[in-house]
Amino acid sequence: MQGDTISAIATAQGEGGIGIIRLSGGEALTVADKMFRPASGKSILDYPSHRAVYGTVVDEEGRTVDEAMAIIMKAPHSYTREDVVELQCHGGVMPLRKTLALTYAYGARPAEGGEFTKRAFLNGRLDLSQAQAVMDIITAKTDRSLKMATGHLTGQFSAQIKEWRHEILGQIAHLEAAIDFPEDEVDDVVTEEVSDKVSEVRQNIAKFLKTAGTGRILREGLMTAIVGKPNVGKSSLLNALLQEERAIVTDIPGTTRDSIEEYANVGGVPLRIIDTAGIRATEDVVERIGVEKARQMVNEAALVLALFDGSRPLDKEDEEILELLQGREAIVLLNKSDLAPVVTAAMLQNKTKTAVLEISTKEQHGLDALTAAIQDKVYGGQVMTDEGSFVSDERQANILRQADSHLAAALNTIEAGMGLDFISIDLRSAWEKLGEITGETVGEDIIDEIFSKFCIGK
Amino acid sequence: MDNKNVFVAGNYDVIVVGAGHAGVEAALAAARIGCNTLLTTLSMDNIAMMPCNPSVGGPAKGHLVRELDALGGEMGVNADKTCIQFRMLNTGKGPAVHALRAQADKKLYQFTMKETCENTENLDVKQLLIDKLLVEDGKVTGVQSETGEIYQAKAVIMATGTYLKGRIIIGEHTYEGGPAGQRAAVKFSDSIKEAGVKLMRFKTGTPARVDARTLDYSKMEIQPGDTACRNFSFMSDEVTREQIPCYLTYTNEETHKILRDNMERAPMANGIIEGIGPRYCPSIETKILRFPDKERHQLFLEPEGRHTNEVYVQGMSTSMPMDVQLEFLRTIPGLENAKVMRAGYAIEYDCIDPTQLKPTLEFKNIQGFFSAGQANGTSGYEEAAAQGIIAGINAAMFIKGEEPLILKRSEAYIGVLIDDLVTKGTNEPYRIMTSRAEYRLLLRQDNADQRLTPLGRRVGLVKDDRWARFTAKQTAIKEALAFLENNSINPTQEITDKLTGAGIDPIRNATSFYDLLRRPAVDYDKLAGLFDLPELAPEVKQQVEITITYEGYIKKQLEQVERMEKLEEKLLPENLNYDDVPSLRDEGREKLKAIRPRSVGQASRISGVSPADISVLLIWLEQQQRLKAGEGKADV
Repeated sequence: MQGDTISAIATAQGEGGIGIIRLSGGEALTVADKMFRPASGKSILDYPSHRAVYGTVVDEEGRTVDEAMAIIMKAPHSYTREDVVELQCHGGVMPLRKTLALTYAYGARPAEGGEFTKRAFLNGRLDLSQAQAVMDIITAKTDRSLKMATGHLTGQFSAQIKEWRHEILGQIAHLEAAIDFPEDEVDDVVTEEVSDKVSEVRQNIAKFLKTAGTGRILREGLMTAIVGKPNVGKSSLLNALLQEERAIVTDIPGTTRDSIEEYANVGGVPLRIIDTAGIRATEDVVERIGVEKARQMVNEAALVLALFDGSRPLDKEDEEILELLQGREAIVLLNKSDLAPVVTAAMLQNKTKTAVLEISTKEQHGLDALTAAIQDKVYGGQVMTDEGSFVSDERQANILRQADSHLAAALNTIEAGMGLDFISIDLRSAWEKLGEITGETVGEDIIDEIFSKFCIGK
Repeated sequence: MDNKNVFVAGNYDVIVVGAGHAGVEAALAAARIGCNTLLTTLSMDNIAMMPCNPSVGGPAKGHLVRELDALGGEMGVNADKTCIQFRMLNTGKGPAVHALRAQADKKLYQFTMKETCENTENLDVKQLLIDKLLVEDGKVTGVQSETGEIYQAKAVIMATGTYLKGRIIIGEHTYEGGPAGQRAAVKFSDSIKEAGVKLMRFKTGTPARVDARTLDYSKMEIQPGDTACRNFSFMSDEVTREQIPCYLTYTNEETHKILRDNMERAPMANGIIEGIGPRYCPSIETKILRFPDKERHQLFLEPEGRHTNEVYVQGMSTSMPMDVQLEFLRTIPGLENAKVMRAGYAIEYDCIDPTQLKPTLEFKNIQGFFSAGQANGTSGYEEAAAQGIIAGINAAMFIKGEEPLILKRSEAYIGVLIDDLVTKGTNEPYRIMTSRAEYRLLLRQDNADQRLTPLGRRVGLVKDDRWARFTAKQTAIKEALAFLENNSINPTQEITDKLTGAGIDPIRNATSFYDLLRRPAVDYDKLAGLFDLPELAPEVKQQVEITITYEGYIKKQLEQVERMEKLEEKLLPENLNYDDVPSLRDEGREKLKAIRPRSVGQASRISGVSPADISVLLIWLEQQQRLKAGEGKADV
């Protein structure tokens, strides 16, 4: 027996720009069929197992999203022993993201951390000796994706979701109080009022979803530190990265007191840049940035952008910063390529053992190469090997759509004149869905709300 | 234990301590299944006493009564015989939340239940105060009474209600006692504590009873019963019943002022009350504190029976001193001259932390020891009775070595109630509510028989008469549904005229009666008036209509149930050592150790156990299974 159909980005194989989306479950083929058009003109369902099929991924309107190879592995001859389809997309980050969203839209659900492996084991694909490893993977991956899903929501977004949930909860509590305490003094439920409230929440969700594609929802981002001595051009680099989109600025509790983070979307990769306030403040004033501070930032970061001034000889500070980069995912940038070079890329490369990019933040030169390098790092699997933030983005958007469809069902139920009970069932589903985003579990909330709002009792 | 000098007064399969609503159901169930059973009570005159309000049922509570009736319990039958008013509540709110509520004649209810107990085969009823639980090697062996004699048993069910170290509080005055002038049981809780049971202290309360002759009903709103005759039990055939009305009136600013002015004399304010009370049953002083802006609170005056003038003042639960009680009651329209016959009071009592129980209601650490009712931290007669029947059944199953009866959350409110208690515990007296059930559409009071009577039959509690009635009804429903599916009408002019004449939109294609019934504007009687349909009994017609009209919604819930079911069916070994399961998170591991869930499904509902922990458990179970099957050897 096959499970429900799950999809996720499978680990990329190191070639930048290629991404594999894996579908597994009873509906894997039918989901793939809806979004993949083989070049042969046939349907993907017409192909036998273990065949790679060339074609295009198309969106709901039939527009091409990406060129792709679909690899069909029918049950039980697959990793999970379920029907599996892998879509290898070539077009880079944005098409990959759209493709993932399409799998959700056609009925797959986002896979939980380690879920493919879990299925592989439970379906007898992996032998006993691997059980321990499977359990470890599940624990590690789930913890990480939970952290990613809930820990990195912006205050704005989660506040928004909480507000909607609160609105819906208020309606549920009223309905439930009327049902559970028909003889107490609970005001009659006026379904038109419920209807108005629900429509209002739906409008807000719709507004939000419109901008979901730009990655506004989840600002988890790749923790990125920009380091370098004063006047090396950190501030200019920051501005250059941010120019595409003046992102939301937030205070993240738990980091340095006065540190402010900003988000930049660099070629589809959301970067969460640490301590932008610090970067701005130290840049104009001639004072030592403090290697300690740089060390702290490098420790926090998943990606380090290290800037060096090509027009001045390397000094002790530069050397210290170079030392910090040991064993870190760093991109070394040689700035001021517009000025006469004193330090060359080759000299730096020799010291850091990593490729060095020459840029000019002043002339905005070399930024495309930087974007490509960042994408490479992220989707080449060097950093953040499981889910990119856009996956979380799509996951959230998907949940919002599902919540919205429950709300739509509630409106239909009201329209059809069904009993209060049925309205409440739909609203509860919507409320629980939204809770999946903020990670709030279903507890005694409804009952607490009833007792705090209504004076009930014999 | 040295038994040489101790008089062994009896030897039973099952002993039930306490003969309240949980106790009588437990004892009747065990005895009817065939166990030699002893039911003990502090007072033979107070079996199945209703110390609080004189009513049975309501949303979710009425569902419980229907369910325990479907299993072969007594509460529904007894209520039908003795209640003096019936109302179906929530009729406009969807079939799943329709709820039957009845006003009881308290004394008649009690004496009728007493008579049933006394005349049940295999059942002895005795007035005894039980002081001690007897345990040897982690197994129950019996109980000892205050007079020293011993009653041996293979299973003991505690159904001690609010009597364990009961303390009554009226204003500044407190005394040791049970409800309504009863004795308290002061030693039993220490005895079970010694045996390793964890205790909690809860509180509840009740309002004053006033003399009917001193009330002016003309100043109140009358609340009559339904004109249609209703019954709780699937076995009751009552078609007429005299109905006695209740009356509704309200407090006012004057009432609230008196309460506010005396607030420092309220035992909950001055620290006399330490126990935790229920939120849904607040005293009037609590209501005024928590909802200061509310201008009035409603109260129902409910007769306590046909042969008494005592009237229950529902909504005015209080533990204020006597003078304050009288003063505030007399500000209420219709109660200006009220005479109080019994004062309102609060009661504090010991109960157990229900997470110590298995879903069978047996203690995890004491074999053969079960607990049911208010002693498990619940509130309400119906909640108590529902647990009682399950404890009684499972004590019997334990003795007979048969599979226990564990109802699923998707099967019964009883399942929701017990699963909540043993999985999550409770920090206030627990009341069942429809909003606690996630599969509410399936758990309707109208289909309780369909859900549970076969299970009652399996354990031996559903006797032949009930079974015959049940199977006849199910057959009739099946036949009716088949008829409606297999017979259709064509869009001829004649049919179109008929339909439009009855206000039904015409059909375009051949349409089955089944599909016609799906339409909101169509019901069975309407169709039967137009076409030749078989005559159906009302309860059969109701099932047919609900099945067809709500098919889509019901199907959706059934799908949800099916998804959850897989986890429910994965049982965890009782002796599982969670320290042996690698990769569990610390919090999850601790919670699993504390609750020791029966199934992976139950584990998933424990707060603090994460989805990752559940995945790990599944992998681990699979690993163990394969090891057992010998795959391990083959690998080596």
